[in-house]
Amino acid sequence: MDYEPVIGLEVHAQLLTNTKIFCGCSTKFGEMPNSNTCPICIGLPGVLPVLNRRVVEFTMKMALATHCRINGRNTFARKNYFYPDLPKGYQISQYAHPLAEMGYVDVEINGDTKRIGITRIHMEEDAGKLIHDEDQPLSYVDLNRAGVPLIEIVSEPDMRSPEEGAAYLRRLHEILVYLEICDGNMEEGSFRCDANVSLRPKGREEFGTRAELKNMNSFRNVQRALEYEIVRQREILEKGGVVVQETRLWDDYQGITHSMRGKEEAHDYRYFPDPDLVDLSLSEAWIEEIAATVPELPLEKRKRFLREYGIPPYDAGVLTTSRALADFYETVAELCGKPKIASNWVMGDFLAYLNENKLEVPESPVEPEALADLINLIDDGTISGKIAKEVFEVMWASGKSPEDIVEEKGLKQVADAGELEKVVDDVLKANPKQIEQYKGGKEQLFGYFVGQTMKATRGKANPQIVNDILKRKLSEV
Amino acid sequence: MELNRLTIHELSDLLKEGKTTSVEITESVLKRIEAADERVNAYITVTKERALEMAESADRDIREGKTGGLTGIPVAVKDNMCTEGVTTTCGSHMLENFVPPYDATVVRKLKEAGAVVTGKTNLDEFAMGSSTETSYYGITRNPWDLERVPGGSSGGSAAAVASDECIAALGSDTGGSIRQPAAHCGTVGMKPTYGRVSRYGLVAFASSLDQIGPITKDVEDCAIMMNAIAGYDANEATSVPEQVSDYRDFVSRDIEGWTVGIPKEYFIDGIDPEVLSSVNNAIKTMEACGATCREISLPHTEYCVAIYYIIAPSEASSNLARYDGVRYGFRQKGEEDLLDMYKATRSAGFGAEVKRRIMIGTYALSSGYYDAYYKKASQVRMLLRNDFDEAFKTCDIILTPTTPTPAFTIGEKMDDPLRMYLSDIFTLSTNLAGVPGIAVPCGYTEKGLPLGVQFMASHFEEGKLIQAASAFERNAGFTKRRPEL
Amino acid sequence: MAHLARLNFSEGEKETYTSQLNEILMYMDILNKIDTSDVAPMTHAISLINAFRDDVNGESLGTDRSLANAPEEAGDCFKVPRVID
Repeated sequence: MDYEPVIGLEVHAQLLTNTKIFCGCSTKFGEMPNSNTCPICIGLPGVLPVLNRRVVEFTMKMALATHCRINGRNTFARKNYFYPDLPKGYQISQYAHPLAEMGYVDVEINGDTKRIGITRIHMEEDAGKLIHDEDQPLSYVDLNRAGVPLIEIVSEPDMRSPEEGAAYLRRLHEILVYLEICDGNMEEGSFRCDANVSLRPKGREEFGTRAELKNMNSFRNVQRALEYEIVRQREILEKGGVVVQETRLWDDYQGITHSMRGKEEAHDYRYFPDPDLVDLSLSEAWIEEIAATVPELPLEKRKRFLREYGIPPYDAGVLTTSRALADFYETVAELCGKPKIASNWVMGDFLAYLNENKLEVPESPVEPEALADLINLIDDGTISGKIAKEVFEVMWASGKSPEDIVEEKGLKQVADAGELEKVVDDVLKANPKQIEQYKGGKEQLFGYFVGQTMKATRGKANPQIVNDILKRKLSEV
Repeated sequence: MELNRLTIHELSDLLKEGKTTSVEITESVLKRIEAADERVNAYITVTKERALEMAESADRDIREGKTGGLTGIPVAVKDNMCTEGVTTTCGSHMLENFVPPYDATVVRKLKEAGAVVTGKTNLDEFAMGSSTETSYYGITRNPWDLERVPGGSSGGSAAAVASDECIAALGSDTGGSIRQPAAHCGTVGMKPTYGRVSRYGLVAFASSLDQIGPITKDVEDCAIMMNAIAGYDANEATSVPEQVSDYRDFVSRDIEGWTVGIPKEYFIDGIDPEVLSSVNNAIKTMEACGATCREISLPHTEYCVAIYYIIAPSEASSNLARYDGVRYGFRQKGEEDLLDMYKATRSAGFGAEVKRRIMIGTYALSSGYYDAYYKKASQVRMLLRNDFDEAFKTCDIILTPTTPTPAFTIGEKMDDPLRMYLSDIFTLSTNLAGVPGIAVPCGYTEKGLPLGVQFMASHFEEGKLIQAASAFERNAGFTKRRPEL
Repeated sequence: MAHLARLNFSEGEKETYTSQLNEILMYMDILNKIDTSDVAPMTHAISLINAFRDDVNGESLGTDRSLANAPEEAGDCFKVPRVID
């Protein structure tokens, strides 16, 4: 029997607002426990939530970027359950009327594009952190994270393989980061994923029983967990058994999922509309205002780069890994008019220096205009490509313009044929033995003569002209 | 005349004229508390030192000519409103040692108006009750007859005002918890429109119904208190940015030509005959003032109790989930397992009535029952609200009894919760519809127990309530007494 | 239901509560008399929408004040018993 996996993913992303969703405490990560807390997020008696407008704006942005239908009227609900990291004994979330529904993202897998549906996107508050004691049966509660704004993005069960799952996640991740609404840091927990996995016989419409997978803290682990779970379920079904609907935790160390049954009970969340929060009404005007702030997204940008700049897909991929990098590249490409060469420089030397110095694009000491100038200097023959690399290094260290550096260091390419003829003559005169060997058939010595000429001109000779002169002179000898 | 017997406006005049000081007034009130509160038990916490400090500060302000609406006036606060640095217990074992790090907005406003806070008054546990018999800190007795309840849940505040243990007090009203005790204790009590007075810092019982309001000796004092506490608060999403009138402006106006609606559904069998006759007298008084009283219908009145006792406990069950022994309040020690700790803490920390309502609420919200109970109740609530909207198209105000009976005896209704719930029947509707209501003294029974009549007005028409209540007060024609305590 | 609400009851209490609750809940059945098929549920007593705050830092209590009412603490955290399986 041929089974196909059916996968749905639920992503929780922490929003990059300054303050929490319902109070003015900071959302900064890594602070001393229980220092970013106030009566509201501690859930003291008598407190009330008031919604952070920016959370709504960020959520609208994501909804627009994923082609969702935005619900003009949306409401908040209480999700009631008891846990020490949940201060009020309920989480404020959205249930009946989420902010957005029925969207999609297009995902590239092995050269094909697949559309993955998004069921809904809604806003909710994060819970605090519960740390378990290693030795004693105790736990410790830190409420810094309680009240940090989250958006929950629920996909349709449209994915049919772990690869599709991972690709979908990466797409969501890059959109969130591009929109600058989430920093996408899976280790710090600002981007989390739970998965729903089931199998069904190929061709069948009905879904099989699914398991919910939790505790996967990287893209790789999501893929590994999905792969493991699919195998596990297939084995059960092939033996004629039945898959149990349950929550399973991924164990990264052992590489398995194991059941939470016994620890988890069926939750009756008793959702009801939160009486403390009034309805949200999102006007067309406001939605349009937000839509205008949604930048060109990575997929569209890559397509446009291919179209407009004719660079290969690999290049487009690297150059669009961040908005800042893509913007940097475009400025260089536009100014020098040589998109492929610009691409080589940005992907090559520029990224190398950034990574080595652990800098982000906006922190680069080299402006895109300067790089464009450098490329133009190569193009018009002022300097050679090799010299340009030296110049770039100095540009990085000093922030000076390429023209100034070339001037100061006298690095202008020697392109005067007459001058170079003299140099070549000197080289040939100084190396009679090699000429003999060359004439005798050791053709690779040509490079030796080129090298000597370069050395004599301290690298400034125009290589093309040197080549021509050498070829002519060696044939005359 | 003892200073503690006077009203806010009388004392304010004396203060302005330099004939007394806030310290003198406060000391008079504190003396009265010492004399009476052992028997009445209106207070859970008396903040004697703080009060005197505030009084001294008020006197300094008065000397410098800086006076607010309540400068120098001793006011008590129901113990379900957070007061920074002062224990706030909600009448419960669960919060016995809870000291809030913040003031409720209304408390902050009282302080800004120059009031002297005398302490925290007793209440039914977590404001759930109609008799102030469920408090962990003992029952409060009605100053008019110590064998009777003062009403609830704001029984402590009403009793304190009635026995001059404060000049005025704040109460909270979810289903009648200001108006019913006000009526039973012979004081004025107002529940404002939902959203008129900030709920921030009021320990939530039923979030869509709760409101804070004043309990005072007369209608003018009620207006003064409302001026101090009403208004928009950015800390509350359900706070309404509606302009606050100067409620004192409405105090001496007459009601010539007004239409007073008398809803027939409020005149049911089972109303005590003395209550009924006092309301009929009130109708005559209104007519004597030049108003026309006519019968109206609020057809969905019979469903009020059912709607209320689904919605309020549902919201309460969620609001009280935070009392889990983790971050504050009582925790049952010695429990090694988290689940055991939760259950032991909540079972020991809450009293029987609170637990009962949590159970009702949990049930009404649970899957499979939500539609039949909570959702259905919310829908009928809308119909009830429509009743009021219709009625106020043709009436300026509505007049009804406040309670079906005068204050009942202690212990009388404790065994039969349903009977206790039915005693709220006349006050619940305003909370459900969100409209304001006021209880005003209208006479006494043969036995000398106070009676109160209730006025209701449309949303944000507290001015009309003050106007009607004060006209009534001027013309009701009975002599005001004091409890013999 | 008691478990959902995290409450314990003794056997005697269970009986009393059950009968009281049943009485109360039966009383609620009168709501079924009414046709509410066209009626929107009333979730708020007021018709406000869009109550927001700006994304601006307010005052936090700091660790000491946040833990001031804690029944049990350890260092900077609230301390609770573990869930024992």
